[in-house]
Amino acid sequence: MTAFVLRRLLLLPLVALGVTLLIFGLLQMLSPQMRAALYVTDPRQLRAVDSVIRTHGLDKPFHIQYVGWLSRVVQGDLGWSETAKMPVAKAIATFFPATLELTMFAVVPIIVIGIWLGTLSAVHRDRIVDHFSRFFSISGTSMPTFVWGLLLLMVFYGTWQLFPPGRLSLEPNMYVLSQQFRPYTRLMTVDALLNGQLWIFVDALRHLALPVLTLSLVSCATLVRVTRSSMLETLRQDYVRTARAKGLESSIVVNKHARKNAMIPVVTLSALLFVGLLNGVAITETVYGYPGIGLWGVNAAIQLDAAAVAGFALFNALLLVVGNLAADVLYAVIDPRIRLR
Amino acid sequence: MTTNTATHGAVLEQPAHPRTLSSWQMAWRRLRRNPLSMLGLAIIVTFVLTALLAPVIAPPKEGARDPYMMPHEGYSPDPQPPRAGHPLGTTEQAFDIFYGLVWGARTAFRVGLVVVATAVTIGIIMGGISGYYGGRLDEILMRIVDIFLAFPGLILAVVVVAILGPGLEKVMIALALVSWPGYARLLRGEVLSVRERDFIEAARALGASDLKVIARHVLPNSIYPVLVVSTLDMGSIVVAAAALSFLGLGAPVGYSDWGQIISLSRGWILGGAGNALQFWYTVVFPGAALFLFTLGWNLLGDAFRDILDPRLRGST
Repeated sequence: MTAFVLRRLLLLPLVALGVTLLIFGLLQMLSPQMRAALYVTDPRQLRAVDSVIRTHGLDKPFHIQYVGWLSRVVQGDLGWSETAKMPVAKAIATFFPATLELTMFAVVPIIVIGIWLGTLSAVHRDRIVDHFSRFFSISGTSMPTFVWGLLLLMVFYGTWQLFPPGRLSLEPNMYVLSQQFRPYTRLMTVDALLNGQLWIFVDALRHLALPVLTLSLVSCATLVRVTRSSMLETLRQDYVRTARAKGLESSIVVNKHARKNAMIPVVTLSALLFVGLLNGVAITETVYGYPGIGLWGVNAAIQLDAAAVAGFALFNALLLVVGNLAADVLYAVIDPRIRLR
Repeated sequence: MTTNTATHGAVLEQPAHPRTLSSWQMAWRRLRRNPLSMLGLAIIVTFVLTALLAPVIAPPKEGARDPYMMPHEGYSPDPQPPRAGHPLGTTEQAFDIFYGLVWGARTAFRVGLVVVATAVTIGIIMGGISGYYGGRLDEILMRIVDIFLAFPGLILAVVVVAILGPGLEKVMIALALVSWPGYARLLRGEVLSVRERDFIEAARALGASDLKVIARHVLPNSIYPVLVVSTLDMGSIVVAAAALSFLGLGAPVGYSDWGQIISLSRGWILGGAGNALQFWYTVVFPGAALFLFTLGWNLLGDAFRDILDPRLRGST
């Protein structure tokens, strides 16, 4: 097990190197002038483009630029993000908690609905309940995230003013930025409670509602499917038949005997889902203007903010490798039949 | 059900052999018995017909240079509701939504088919080589796959389009670049298990070349999961392309592309004074087209997965 974990962690530097080389390599397809566009915000600056190129070393050969960037990264300096107007490391520290909070709230309904519908589907296989629950979950994934976003905003924000976009309304935001508010965790709902500010907690929840709803609708299908097929497999096992034969009530057989074993792949999948969400909420954040790491990543990518995209990619690769590893270890822990080699 | 014999050209060439045909017949029977699968099939067939008959359903204006460009009368900045001549209304700049949706079906199929076919081809070559030969080559190819998979796909696609410049072809290149590693890894896993089977050794012992063994014996027996994923990808690729259009990186303004029509509606979702739902048609109709297209492929893919899932086999 230890060897397995170490071997997987050894992958990390390799992936980090590859991911950043990919970014810098792709950017080499552009001329130095085009890469300088990131720093030019005013037409008057155009005359000074050459000096912009020189200051940022954009005309240097590829390997010098990359090695220069790499040696600064090794020293702990991820560079400056022009899109966020702050250092890359600070941008990650600022935007990631927002994404983490969103994901933590979203993963609960996804798992609850996924397991519930999946079990229901398996127990009533090929009957109307099964068809309905599968249709519901597949419909959710089939609707593009940004379409959900636009429709929900139209109704819940445009018409009813219930759930606004962004992370906080103006007034709570000003209070949060003031000296009175102490950011303990940078998770807005948790901080609001720790500061005893219920109104900020409620406001944060109102901003989370639509993105959480969207993510739940879009992401619960996989869980429904895996729970369903895992339950179907378990329900065919001999020990389940024995339990039924000795006259146990159907609900006890399903909920106590079958589901526990059927949950093994579901638990791993949930861990993977969490990691996947952390990596994949960019469009949701964009459509709701939610200031998470995905929104920053998309903006940085559109503007070809090299240091930001590279830092973002590094951070994501780290999350992904560690997260997937955690899921594998979890799998082996809950199912003793599985040996990690 | 997915017996090896069914896909071996050599066997299929023989006169009707009841057992070889039965696997396809059984698949069809299971497909037909599930109402959701049939719904998916019906949706896809409808879209195919719409795409094929686009010039009949929504004839381009005479003298129009490019039938894929939506016709527009004037440059009215506001969207206008459905009315005679524009059954689904018009977007900002007065593009006809109905026309865009009908011709957009062609765009959707083109994007989906081109991207999936490209990604599957690269994936099969990489995954096949990796799994069949193993060793150091496998190690190198799979680490490349790891690197691609560790990158958030959407961000990589955005970077590629931002570098190549906007446009539908660039979007397709970006999406193919992002999607092939998944296929490579999937196929490699299958090939690893298939290559150990006896019939592969038999083929080799008979003197078949590597290429022949891979093409005739290994691939036909390891391709099913790839088929399932590519069916599901037909929908999700079109959604990803639409997402790029939504970010302003897709087809040029006025091109018949569902994502682009939705991005035109982006500024109108809060409606006019006192009525947020005033411009509902600019989101609902193109959104419905994207939704139904993806739903159709997802329902079909789900059915294929059930049919091919070894754990659920023979249980009905």
